[in-house]
Amino acid sequence: MITQQQIDAIIDAVIAELQRQGVGNERGSALHAIAPSHASELNLDLPDITTSEYRTRSYVENTRKPDVLRALMSTTPSRIGIGHAGPRYRNIPQFIFLADHAVTQDALFKEIDPALLQQFNLFQVQTQASNRQEYLLRPDLGRKLSDAARKTLQEKCVKNPDVQLYVSDGLSAAAIEHNLRDIFPVIQQGLQQAGLKMGTPFYVKYGRVGLLNDVNSIVDAKVVVTLIGERPGLGRAEAASVYMGYRPQPDSSDADRDVVCNIFNGGTNPLEAGAYVVEYIKRMLKHQASGIKLKLIEQGASK
Amino acid sequence: MLLRTKLFGKTYEFRDLRELMGKANEDKSGDHLAGVAASSAIERAAAKYVLSEAPLWALYENPVAPYDQDEVTRVIMDAVDQNAYVQIKTWTVGQLREWILDNKTTNDDIKKIQNGLTSEMIAAVAKLMSNMDLVLAASKIRVVTHANNTMGEMGRLASRNQPNHPTDDPDGIRAEIYEGLSYGSGDSVIGINPVDDSLASVQRLLEMSYKVIQNWKIPTQNCVLAHVTTQMEAMKRGSPAGLVFQSLAGSQKGNESFGISVGMLDEAYEIAKKYSVVPGPNYMYFETGEGAELSADAHHGWDQLTLEVRCYGLAKRYAPFQVNSVVGFIGPEYLYDARQITRAGLEDHFCAKLTGISMGCDACYTNHARADQNSLENLSILLAAAGCNYFMGVPMGDDPMLSYQSNSFHDAPSLRQILKLRPLPEFENWLVEMGLWDAEKLLLTDKAGDPTMFVR
Repeated sequence: MITQQQIDAIIDAVIAELQRQGVGNERGSALHAIAPSHASELNLDLPDITTSEYRTRSYVENTRKPDVLRALMSTTPSRIGIGHAGPRYRNIPQFIFLADHAVTQDALFKEIDPALLQQFNLFQVQTQASNRQEYLLRPDLGRKLSDAARKTLQEKCVKNPDVQLYVSDGLSAAAIEHNLRDIFPVIQQGLQQAGLKMGTPFYVKYGRVGLLNDVNSIVDAKVVVTLIGERPGLGRAEAASVYMGYRPQPDSSDADRDVVCNIFNGGTNPLEAGAYVVEYIKRMLKHQASGIKLKLIEQGASK
Repeated sequence: MLLRTKLFGKTYEFRDLRELMGKANEDKSGDHLAGVAASSAIERAAAKYVLSEAPLWALYENPVAPYDQDEVTRVIMDAVDQNAYVQIKTWTVGQLREWILDNKTTNDDIKKIQNGLTSEMIAAVAKLMSNMDLVLAASKIRVVTHANNTMGEMGRLASRNQPNHPTDDPDGIRAEIYEGLSYGSGDSVIGINPVDDSLASVQRLLEMSYKVIQNWKIPTQNCVLAHVTTQMEAMKRGSPAGLVFQSLAGSQKGNESFGISVGMLDEAYEIAKKYSVVPGPNYMYFETGEGAELSADAHHGWDQLTLEVRCYGLAKRYAPFQVNSVVGFIGPEYLYDARQITRAGLEDHFCAKLTGISMGCDACYTNHARADQNSLENLSILLAAAGCNYFMGVPMGDDPMLSYQSNSFHDAPSLRQILKLRPLPEFENWLVEMGLWDAEKLLLTDKAGDPTMFVR
C-alpha cells in the first residue's frame, strides 16, 4: 500500500522538476519580462499590476493542481489564490491591494475638476458642510444648502420646472468625473425630446442624497434628480448613483425616492443608466408619484 | 443629585449620570453627533474623575431606559444576582477599576461578582480605563463556550471563515471556504453573510457549507447570517445549521428597528437548542456595534458605549457561543478614524468579557473612514494580546459583498505565530491531521495556502 506521505513526496518531486524546466512557476515578481540591463545602471520599468492579468494570476507557490486553482479563482472576485510569505502576503498581491486602497482614498478626498463643470455649464454651490471632514462627520449638514447656496439658487434657477437636475460629489468626486460626460447629455436630451421643461442644472459640493428635499424648497420642480458619487469600494471609486423623487418635501425619505445605482463602465453603463433615468422620470410624471408609492400604483395598474 | 468638581480652579458640574457618562467617554464622533460628548479635553477629564467617585448603586438605579418601558433593561435587571450585587453596590466605579486591575484579583474572583453588575456599571468602569488597562483587564477574564468545538480557553485564538460573495454563488463561496481552511481559518464558525436573505437562499447556503464540514469532518459549525426569523424557518424545515445569528441593539426601540424582540430571540434560542446540528450547549452568534442605536434614534440620550454594553447584557441571556462587535463598519460619523475605532474595539472586548460572554472582534473599516489595513492589523494585535476569542477571516481582508475591509485569512496564523497562540483544540488536531499546521512550532506548514487540496 502506498501511503499519503509517499504520494506527497512523488508529487513534490514532479513539481520540482517542472519548476526546474520553467513550467508552472508562480512568479512573485512582475519583473519577469524585462531583460537584465547593464549591471551598473538601475533601470526599473515595471508593468501595471492593476490590470486583470495580474489580478487573475495565481500567487500560490507549488500548487499541486494549477488548473483546479485557476478554476476556483474564476468563481469569485474575492482575493483567493494569493499565496503567502511566511503567514503574510506576497509582494505583488500586497501592492495590488495597496494601489486599490490608495485610489479609493484619493477619490474620497478629491475635488471636482472645474473644467468639467464649465464644460457642462454647471455653476457651483455648497451645502452647510464647510469641509470634507465636517461632511463625513455630520451627514445632516450635507442635506442642507448653505445660506449663500440658497441665495444663488434663488437668483439663477428657473422656478417650477418639470425636472430639476443637479450633480453632487457625494462620497466620490471621481465618480462624477468618470460618468458625467456620458450620462448627462443622455438625460438632458431625453427630457428635451419628451418636451419637458428643464430646470437650471448646477453642482453641489458636499451633498448627501437627502439634499433633494432642500433643493426643491427653492426650485419647486415636479421631479428632482441628482447624480451623486457613491461610497467607494476597494479599488473602485468611479461608481455613481442617480436618485430622484416626485415633488420632494422636507420630510421625504428614501422610501419616496427611486435610484439607479452602481453606474460606471463595468457596472450599469452610464449611457444606459441615463436612458433608465429618463424612463423613470416619465413614469413619475405620469403617475405623479415616486418610490414605494409609484411601485404600488404601477402594480395596481398592471393587475 | 450633585456631580461636581474643580480642576485648575474651574468648576465642572454635570446634571445627571446620563450627562456624566456621555462626557466621560473617550472622544468619538458618534457622541458628538448625539450631542452628549464633552466639549473639551478638560471637561472629559473632569467627567472621568467625578464618575470614578460615583457608587455602583447609583448606576444600578439609573439605567438608560426605565424598567417598565424597555425590555432590554428588564432582561439586564432581572438577571442581576442580588447576592453578588449586595457585595459591590457601595463600591465606587473607581474602586471597581482598581479592584479589577489588582494582581490579587483573579478570573475566579471576577466571576463571583460578575452577575451583580449591570451594563451601565460595566460601561462606566471602561470609561475610566486607558487602552492598556482594557487589554490587561480583559486578558484576565476567560469565557469558555462549546458548540462543536471549544472556544475561549487561554492560549487559543480562533478565526471565523467569512466567505462572502457578491452574488451568493455557492461555487465561489465554497472556493473561499477552501482558501480559508487552507490557512487554518474556520474554527470559530464558517459564517456566510448572504446577499439574498430569502428562505431558499439561506437553505441552499446552509446545505452547501454543512456538506463541506461533513465531507472533511471539520470540528466547527456553520451559520448563514440572515435575519433570525429566516434561519428559524430554515431549521424547522430541516436545514442543517450550527449557530443561529442575529444583530442586536442595546434598547428595545433599537431592536425594533432590526425587526426583533426579546420574545423572538427567546423563541430562536429554543429552536436552536432543538434543531442545531452541533452538540452545544452554546448555539447563538450575535453581532453588535457602537452607534447602531443612535442611527435608529433609539439611544435615549445616552452615549454609544453604554448602549453597546447593554447589547452584551441582552446577549448573555442566550449563553452565546460567540459575539463580536463589527467595530468599524458603521462609518466615520460614529467612529471617525483609526484611533476611535481602536479605542472602541478595546472597550467592546473588555466590556463583553466583564459581562461574561464569549467575545471576538470584527476589526474593520469602511472606505470613508480614516483608517486602513495597518490600523486594523494594529487593533487585532492589541486584542489578541487581550485574549480576544476570535477575528474574521476574509480573503485578503477585502469583502466584495459587504464592501468593507476586515482581518484576512493570513492574520490569524500571523497572530498565532507572534503571540504563541493555538487554534481551538479540536480544530488544531484536525489541522495537524490535514498536514496544515505544525503544533510544536505553532506555524502553518508548507502545504498551507493551496485551496486545491480540498478538491478531490
